[in-house]
Amino acid sequence: MSKHRIVIEPDTEDSNYWKDLWNFRGLFYFLAWRDILVRYKQTAIGVLWSLLRPVLTITVMAFIGWLFKSNIPGGVPRLVFVAAATLPWTFFSTSFSEASNSLIANSNLLTKVYFPRLIVPASTVIVCLVDFFISLVILIVLMIFCKFIPDIKILLLPLFLLLALVTSLGTGLYVASLNVKYRDFRYIVPFIVQFGLYASPIAFSSNDIYSNQSIPKILKIIYSLNPMVGVIDGFRWCVFGGNISMNLTGFIISIFISILFLGFGIWYFRRMEKSFADVI
Amino acid sequence: MSNPVIKVENLSKKYILKHKNSEPYTALRDVISNKVKTIANSKSQILNPKSEEFWALNDVSFEIKQGDRVGIIGRNGAGKSTLLKILSRIVTPTKGRITIEGRVASLLEVGTGFHQELSGRENIFLNGSILGMNKNEIKKKFDEIVDFSGVEKFLDTPVKRYSSGMYVRLAFSIAAHLEPDILIVDEVLAVGDADFQKKCLGKMKDVSGQGRTVLFVSHNIAAVQNLCDKGIYLKQGKVQMIGNVEAVLSSYLKASSEIQQIDLADRKDRSGNGIIHFVSVEVKNENNIPMKSLQCGKFGKIRINFNRKNNMPLNNVHFAFGINDEYGQRIAQFNNEITNQLFSDLRVDTIDIIINKVPFRQGIYSFVLFATVNNEIADWIQDAGTFEVEAGDFYNTGKLPPDGQGNIFIEHSFQLIQP
Repeated sequence: MSKHRIVIEPDTEDSNYWKDLWNFRGLFYFLAWRDILVRYKQTAIGVLWSLLRPVLTITVMAFIGWLFKSNIPGGVPRLVFVAAATLPWTFFSTSFSEASNSLIANSNLLTKVYFPRLIVPASTVIVCLVDFFISLVILIVLMIFCKFIPDIKILLLPLFLLLALVTSLGTGLYVASLNVKYRDFRYIVPFIVQFGLYASPIAFSSNDIYSNQSIPKILKIIYSLNPMVGVIDGFRWCVFGGNISMNLTGFIISIFISILFLGFGIWYFRRMEKSFADVI
Repeated sequence: MSNPVIKVENLSKKYILKHKNSEPYTALRDVISNKVKTIANSKSQILNPKSEEFWALNDVSFEIKQGDRVGIIGRNGAGKSTLLKILSRIVTPTKGRITIEGRVASLLEVGTGFHQELSGRENIFLNGSILGMNKNEIKKKFDEIVDFSGVEKFLDTPVKRYSSGMYVRLAFSIAAHLEPDILIVDEVLAVGDADFQKKCLGKMKDVSGQGRTVLFVSHNIAAVQNLCDKGIYLKQGKVQMIGNVEAVLSSYLKASSEIQQIDLADRKDRSGNGIIHFVSVEVKNENNIPMKSLQCGKFGKIRINFNRKNNMPLNNVHFAFGINDEYGQRIAQFNNEITNQLFSDLRVDTIDIIINKVPFRQGIYSFVLFATVNNEIADWIQDAGTFEVEAGDFYNTGKLPPDGQGNIFIEHSFQLIQP
């Protein structure tokens, strides 16, 4: 007799879930592979699309920052300063929105085969991660162009990338499961992304917010609740080293919120997961 | 060997049917507005007329032993697909417990997850992994799969350029090379050409010959008879009979013919709010003379008699008359919504469907009756009855296409185009 044993019962916590997730890692890999393959098929400039969007965003945000004379630390070129924020932001925004739509986009799979549903949003985040690595070229080219030598702390960058990943996966999981039931979230997601672009320190630096006396304290706290503030501040701290002072409290809040989002996202996703095929 | 590989105990599945919701998903605004209504009027939650419980499966129990080839039969809506979906772990049951020993692969659709933009080769890997094979298994079977499908010339062509036949062949070939302990197959053989269907059935028989367990749902009685040795007959969400496939099939066939002996008005296997209650269906000719059957190529009339609750005039009335072939596949539908004839202020109890030229090949067809009033299901009977079509000279040429070349006739002509 085979060692596989499956028990199907309503509403019981599935103890094999995480083991199953591991067993289905092949599917996780193939779904990510499919999305990467499909993404640039029949496009004229192919992979360049992963560069074009961040380049345009960097240009626009740097221009806005310059126009409003936002403070940047001495010796740091504005373009590099903005790029170090735009890249993690673009990673977050694409993976958050793609993960949010991933269940709907794969509804034919959800209603026809079993697999741990977490694989679907998780694999879309991986695809966005690949895009992020491609877009790192922009940062490198800008640094060379502006003759800027990054700090040794740049080696800590993966840590902050992980934080961005945790944030986007957590929020993505939560919105993806809501999206199955309430399609309204299709309209809310682009709004969140657009709003976040201006509420996060991309065109400006967090120091401008924290050191500005005319901004009430409560607004500063609300500002620091945005986990992407921590991610972006972290990215800049890694790239520009001593030129940037990290706001430690804000950063700890960000980490805390990101992990909270992930925990809550997974919990909510798992709770809703069993009814996905019924309601999608 | 005597231990069951699948043990189903008191399995039930409930669905909430929403009648009025024309959108296929819940919108947040509805939830909010309903909540507001609920607060305003606390009764509305108790008397919610929009939703209705429906038990797709009701207290189902059975056991399947290793190596059994089980055909699950039953009429449309008997719960066959729901059962397979629960066994495949796609949906969770409302009550009950299932224990499965072994690796399960389910095939509820041919080519699940196929991506149009990807090539045949890429789709083999993608679909294989979706069906639960790992990369090495797929690599090992790759040549065999390609061989079985016969599409090797087009392996690097995107499947969107495939003909539907090639698509189905490739998709089924992948599925046929799964090596699970338990294989669950839904009505997937209905697609593809007859030869390929035979090849697939043969392959599945081989699979079960190797000690694997197969669960198979099909409307094709011959396929069930051919492939299965056990049968489970489901009726309205309950197990009606389990046993030897011949015995179960004959009981099923007997019941199907018996149920149509019951007067339509007294049938209990119907759903809807009862504002309309179908009473009888008759076939008539143009002079309103009752006929035993319709004649192919001739004028025909289907008369539907029904009752209206309290004889009230009805608004926004929609009828549908669905026609199934002998395999239970829907082949046509008459529907007054598509003919733009929704009835308002309806005060009659009889309605005729006019067919100017009956387009069906001779044979026996079953029909489904369906009516909604104000977008709520009023009455709905699956397999409401059968009607017979007699052979006729549809094209007025004394000739008809040979058997196996389709059961529906379409008027047409040929034209030579001069260069």
